[in-house]
Amino acid sequence: MARAQVSKVKKDRRITWKEVKRQKALLIISFFMVVYGFIFYYLPLTGWVMAFQNYKPKNGLLGSKFIGLDKFKFLFSDATFIKVIRNTFCMGALNLLTTTLMAILFAILLNEIRNSVVKKTIQTVSYLPHFLSWIIVTGILHDALSSTGIINDLLMRAGIIKQAINFFAHTQYFWPIVAFANCWKETGWNAIIYLAAITSIDPCLYEAASIDGAGRLAKIRYITLPGIKPTIIILLLMNVGNVLNAGFEVQYLLGNGLVQSVSQTIDIYVLKWGISQNDYSLGTAAGIFKSAVSIALIMLSNAWAKRAGEERLF
Amino acid sequence: MKKNKIKHTFGDRVLSFIIALFMIAFVIITLYPVLNTVAISFNDGIDAVRGGIYLWPRKFAIKNYTTVLGMQNLVIGAKITVARTVIGTVSALVVNALLAYVVSRKRFMFKRELSLFWVITMYVNGGMIPTFMLYRNLGLTNSFWVYVVPGMISAWNMLVIRTYMTGLPDSLEESAQLDGAGYWTIFVKIISPLCKPVYATIALFVAVAQWNSWFDAMLYNRMKTEYTTLQYELMKLLSSVMQQSGSAASAKYSTAAVTPITIRAAATVVTMLPIICLYPFLQRYFVTGLTIGGVKE
Repeated sequence: MARAQVSKVKKDRRITWKEVKRQKALLIISFFMVVYGFIFYYLPLTGWVMAFQNYKPKNGLLGSKFIGLDKFKFLFSDATFIKVIRNTFCMGALNLLTTTLMAILFAILLNEIRNSVVKKTIQTVSYLPHFLSWIIVTGILHDALSSTGIINDLLMRAGIIKQAINFFAHTQYFWPIVAFANCWKETGWNAIIYLAAITSIDPCLYEAASIDGAGRLAKIRYITLPGIKPTIIILLLMNVGNVLNAGFEVQYLLGNGLVQSVSQTIDIYVLKWGISQNDYSLGTAAGIFKSAVSIALIMLSNAWAKRAGEERLF
Repeated sequence: MKKNKIKHTFGDRVLSFIIALFMIAFVIITLYPVLNTVAISFNDGIDAVRGGIYLWPRKFAIKNYTTVLGMQNLVIGAKITVARTVIGTVSALVVNALLAYVVSRKRFMFKRELSLFWVITMYVNGGMIPTFMLYRNLGLTNSFWVYVVPGMISAWNMLVIRTYMTGLPDSLEESAQLDGAGYWTIFVKIISPLCKPVYATIALFVAVAQWNSWFDAMLYNRMKTEYTTLQYELMKLLSSVMQQSGSAASAKYSTAAVTPITIRAAATVVTMLPIICLYPFLQRYFVTGLTIGGVKE
C-alpha cells in the first residue's frame, strides 16, 4: 500500500509531454510569475556589484571602475556608521522585546475578562492603532510629547517637573519613545496570535487545576504561560531575522538634528548617502551589510529553533 | 453544585483589580490621542496654539476642514491614494491568488521549485539603492505605476492563500476534472468561491498598506506633484509643524483663522476616517488571516 503510494507520487513528479500538455495553463501562469519575480526581486541583486565599484551613472554597471572592498573599509572606519549599527540593533532588540512582552501581557489579561461584550470592545479598540500610518502615529505622538502636550501637562500638574521637557531634544528619550510608539501601535494586533494560542489550550487543564485549588494567578503561571510558550518562541525567532528591518519609518519621522546620534539607522544612512548624496556605491555597500547580517540572524534563529525542539521556520 | 462555584480568594480579587486598572489605562492611552486630534481639528486655529485642548474643542470652528478640502495638493493626494488602493488591491489579489493556486496544485510539476523561488524573495532582496535604480531604468519612477506594479506579488500573502487552498479537499478538483473542467475553470468556478474569506483577508492587508504608504511617493515621485499621495502630503504638513515652535507659529499665522496644528489635525482625521469606519466590521477576516500566517510552514 505504502509502496504503491510512493510510486504514484513519483509518477506524478515525472515530466512527460502528456503532463506538460495537461498542465499547460499552470505552466503559462508560472512562466509569467517567474519573469515578474526575476525582474523585481532577483534582478536588483546584480546591483550589488556597485558596492565593489566606484560607480558612476554615466559609466554604468559594466564601465565603472572596480575598487574592491574600499567602500566597506570606508564604512567601518566611519564613526557615524558604527553608531548607526548600534542604533539599529539596540532599537530593533528593544522594540522586539517590549512589543512581545506587551502583547503577551495584554493577551493574558484580556483572556481573564469574563464579560464578552467588554472583552470584544477592548479588543476592537486595541486594533485601531495598527491601521493608522506611521505618519499619523508619529504626528499624534509628537503632539502628546510637545511642550504644551498632554504628557508635559500631566507631569507638571503632578508636580514631578517644573518646566516642560522637550522630549525630542534629548538623546536619552529617543529609544524609549520609539519603543513606546511601537507598543502603542502593535500591542493589540500582535496579541491576536497569542489569544488564538490561548484559546487552543485544553480547557480540561484549567478545570483540573481548579479542582486542585489553583487560583487564577496560578493557572496563568502553570497553564496559560506554558501553553503559549511554543508560540512565543516561534514568533520571537521569526522576528529576530527582522530586527534590522524594523528601523526606518519611526526613526526617520521622529528623528531630528539634535538626536541624530541615536536616531539614525542603517536604512536612513543608506537613504542619506545613496539617494541624497548620490553615492550609490556606499549606499549599496551599507545595504549589503544589512542583508548579510539579516540572513545570518535568520540562520542563527533557525538553528536555535531546531535546538529548542521547535518547528523549523523554513 | 455549590462546590463548583469559583472561589474568590484574596489573590483573585487583587488580580481582577489589576486587570481592570490595566485595561482602563490601555483603552485611555489608545483612544485619547486619536480623540484629542479630532478635538483639535474642530478647534479655532490660533486658540489651539495655546494648548490645553483635551477631548472637546474650546473654540469650535469648521474652518480647518473647509481649508483642508480646498487644498489642491491634498485633493490630488486623496484621488491618487484612492486609485492606488483600488487598483493595487485588485491586481495584487488576482496575481497572488493565481500564484497560490498554481503552487497548491498537487500534480503541478514545478510546485516545489516555484514555491522556493518565491520564499527566497522573503529573505533576500537587493536593497534600497539597486531597487531604486531598477525602477528608474524601467521607467517606473515619476509614474503612478510604481505604486502598483513592483509590490504586486508578496510571498507572504501568497503563502497565506496557499495554506488556505491546500486545506480544501482534493476531491473538488478531481471531480471537476472528470467533468472536463480545465485549470482555469476550476480556479474561477470552484476554488475561488471557496476562498472568499482568505481573499478578503489579503485584500484588507493590501488595501491598508496601500492607503498608509508614503515612502514610495517620497522616494520615486517627489518631483511629480500629480502623483502625490495623501500620506505624503500629511507628512509634509507634519514636518512644517515640527519646524515651528508654538509661539513662532502663532505669530506667523496671527491673521489666519487656521494654523498648521489644526490643519494637520483636520487632514489626519480625513485620512484615518475611512479606515476607522471600516476595520471594526472586518475583524474576523484579519484574525483568520493572522492565524493562518502565524502557523504557516
